[in-house]
Amino acid sequence: MDKKEQFYQRLEQRGVSRRDFMRYCTFLTATMGLSASFVPKVAEVFAAPKQRPPVIWLNFGECTGCTEAMLRTVYPYADELVLEILSVEYHETIMAAAGHQAEEQLQAALKKHSGKFICVAEGAIPTKYNGGYGRIGGRTFLEIAQEVIPQAAATICIGTCASFGGIQAAKPNPGGYMGVGQALKMKTINIPGCPPNPVNLVGTIVNYLLLGKLPAVDDMGRPLFAYGKTIHDQCPRRSHFENEEFVEEFGSKEAALGYCLYKMGCRGPETYNNCPVAKFNDGTSWPVEAGHPCIGCSEPDFWDKMTPFYEEF
Amino acid sequence: MGKRIIVDPITRIEGHLRIEVEIEGGQVVDAWSSAQMFRGIEMILKGRDPRDAHHFVQRSCGVCTYVHSIASVRAVDDAFKVKIPKNARLIRNMLHGAQYLHDHLVHFYHLHALDWVDVVSALSADPQKTAALADSVSGADVGGAVYFKSVQQRLKTFVDSGQLGPFSNAYWGHPAYKLPPEANLMACAHYIEALRLQARTARLHAIFGGKNPHPQSLVVGGVTCQASLTADHIAEFLYVTKETQDFVKNVYLPDVLAVASFYKDWGGIGGTQNFLAYGDFPRTEQEPESLYLPRGVVMKRNLAGVGMVDPAKITEDVTRSWYENGSPKHPYEGETKPLAEDPKYEPNKGKYSWIKAPRYDGASCEVGPLARVLVAYGKGHQDIKPLVDKALTQLSIPATALFSTLGRTAARAIETVAVGDALQEWTMELVENIKSGDTKTYEPYEIPDSGRGMGLNDVPRGALGHWIDVKDKKINNYQYVVPSTWNLSPRDGKNQRSPVEEALIGTPVADPKQPLEILRTVHSFDPCIACAVHVIDPQSNQTYKVNVI
Repeated sequence: MDKKEQFYQRLEQRGVSRRDFMRYCTFLTATMGLSASFVPKVAEVFAAPKQRPPVIWLNFGECTGCTEAMLRTVYPYADELVLEILSVEYHETIMAAAGHQAEEQLQAALKKHSGKFICVAEGAIPTKYNGGYGRIGGRTFLEIAQEVIPQAAATICIGTCASFGGIQAAKPNPGGYMGVGQALKMKTINIPGCPPNPVNLVGTIVNYLLLGKLPAVDDMGRPLFAYGKTIHDQCPRRSHFENEEFVEEFGSKEAALGYCLYKMGCRGPETYNNCPVAKFNDGTSWPVEAGHPCIGCSEPDFWDKMTPFYEEF
Repeated sequence: MGKRIIVDPITRIEGHLRIEVEIEGGQVVDAWSSAQMFRGIEMILKGRDPRDAHHFVQRSCGVCTYVHSIASVRAVDDAFKVKIPKNARLIRNMLHGAQYLHDHLVHFYHLHALDWVDVVSALSADPQKTAALADSVSGADVGGAVYFKSVQQRLKTFVDSGQLGPFSNAYWGHPAYKLPPEANLMACAHYIEALRLQARTARLHAIFGGKNPHPQSLVVGGVTCQASLTADHIAEFLYVTKETQDFVKNVYLPDVLAVASFYKDWGGIGGTQNFLAYGDFPRTEQEPESLYLPRGVVMKRNLAGVGMVDPAKITEDVTRSWYENGSPKHPYEGETKPLAEDPKYEPNKGKYSWIKAPRYDGASCEVGPLARVLVAYGKGHQDIKPLVDKALTQLSIPATALFSTLGRTAARAIETVAVGDALQEWTMELVENIKSGDTKTYEPYEIPDSGRGMGLNDVPRGALGHWIDVKDKKINNYQYVVPSTWNLSPRDGKNQRSPVEEALIGTPVADPKQPLEILRTVHSFDPCIACAVHVIDPQSNQTYKVNVI
């Protein structure tokens, strides 16, 4: 039985019909802005990949929320990403090896795949005091980034920290933290969000595997398929905004009716992301649906620019 | 003089941790725990709107998501003197309980298990015998020889590809692995099942909190999910909780006990002396009386004498941490000045970590599942005591075996069972409350010009305290002392070791080049180093002064 058939069989065993899977691929293809004719090819990327593309995942100044967000992916599930689709050569949160063995593994992966691996970078890089505020195996985050990233075929920054600096870069930025691209003075693909929807990273990787290149991005390196529109322009509560039906206090009857949260401090109009449409955790919900205004977490410097969060802009 | 080895990075944790040990005669005779990263969130909070604090501090950690958010709103509720409505308390507890379920499952299977389970050995298992083993240890309804064979085939295909990914260059075949191939295959299958399950369990946070990681429906004064108090949301929450709890009871706890049965000698390795639990899950407005997980302190392993916790006895010492020296101070009186330089790692006599050393009544205390379970056990907790007794009987080991790496690992599973069951009760309490006509989720308030507040919490990794001082409606000072700060600190000014440093002593090491046994104990503490580091501005040398009323 060929690999593709085995894959579909495994899906069936897990209660995922081929139809469900194709429906997911259609969703992903649409999310990425590809036309429906791409649907069989997206399926192929997941079902029968050629030699699995190597990925080196680096963790810097971060909370590891972006790694956790990636683990929430359903279609494909994380185990399928790791066992069948990608070759995750280095990822400190899940790898079995530690200490010297982990360091050796990183060096071996670099030697074997130099110029050919995808680097996913999570977390920001401290630059004060020679970068001394962040070390792994005795080397600073900056040194590690400077060794690994220039050897990558593509570097994707996941999360607002790696993309733009994130929480530790908020005033007064004690460690001199900055986004990975800024620290290395290079352009990166940025998948911001605190943390981002895993669908956005999966979509970016699929685009790369399928079309051999990274998706179209805006002037901040954010893929347009996910970050091309504002939250406000995709918000299901937009009609309430237009009708001037606002929540003015949490717990009110307007809150129960799901009115617009603009007056509660919603940053939807200033924030580019696909949260209202993709939603989180397999389409379960998103902050506004849970009654809380958007805090603008995919925008650079949002911790300073969007605060105080509960004051109307 | 023994041999010194360094393990850095410690993988399969949150954050950046270096562990150094001295090995003599095939075992660890001394240990040093060093946090290697510094971010500065407390400084970043200064001068900001107190209502925003919970968003900032939640980003202390995405593995321990939610916990700092709830600790923060509790502290600010206290500072603002807001009494949140019953529904808000219930929903906050439910989301917290959901975090216990998710966090502990992921910890055992995806962070800890590979220290006990040899993945390569699973390839030589007999699927038929694996099915028989699984049937004998648990009530899981997923199993059978065909299933285990398919898992094995999947692993075989993976290994045959030559691209070993996260399993590369590890410790397979190490003599300290004791499980037979069938147990290894069973555990691998469950590792994958748990990886799928956790993605669904995380939906519990999304149902009332919008998303996970970093749910976003807590606010000072209550919760925002007014429109989610509907039958479909609650039913979905119950459904996902039940699915998760079925796995916890039928797979997770049985797996831990099955693994433990092959590692009984680890009931004598990795223990500490003192245990601190703030307790959590208030069932009424009365704390600590109504806390489902009780508050208490156990000193020198004396389970018969569970003491009261007095927060005034908490001090933080920076003698061996990368801050300027001062005598140990209560978090409210801290005069801490971080070294404004690239830190020098000097474990022998100097400073060697970004973590400060919290001490209770001058003593180093373990926090976390074992502390909570011991306190609960010592107090005769109606749910936890029977679970502990049952585990001890099943493994035929004495209660003293609890004070160990094995005990810590089992305690994590035991409290998950208890919290998961209680979580369903709290959800039904929410239903009853709504049925009675109470749909209030938020208590309005005026921001006071000044105020002080404290939130004492017990979150999956352990005792967590947040303290806030408000002046001119802004954050004047914000401090938090976090579970991993307690567990993974360096020594203090009296050279007393932290829990992990003490626990590592006596660990057998078969091969100093392969630190498997060391990882086993370090991981049992479920380290979260981003949380643990206590940080203050290096430039301005800010002094933090908050007076406790």
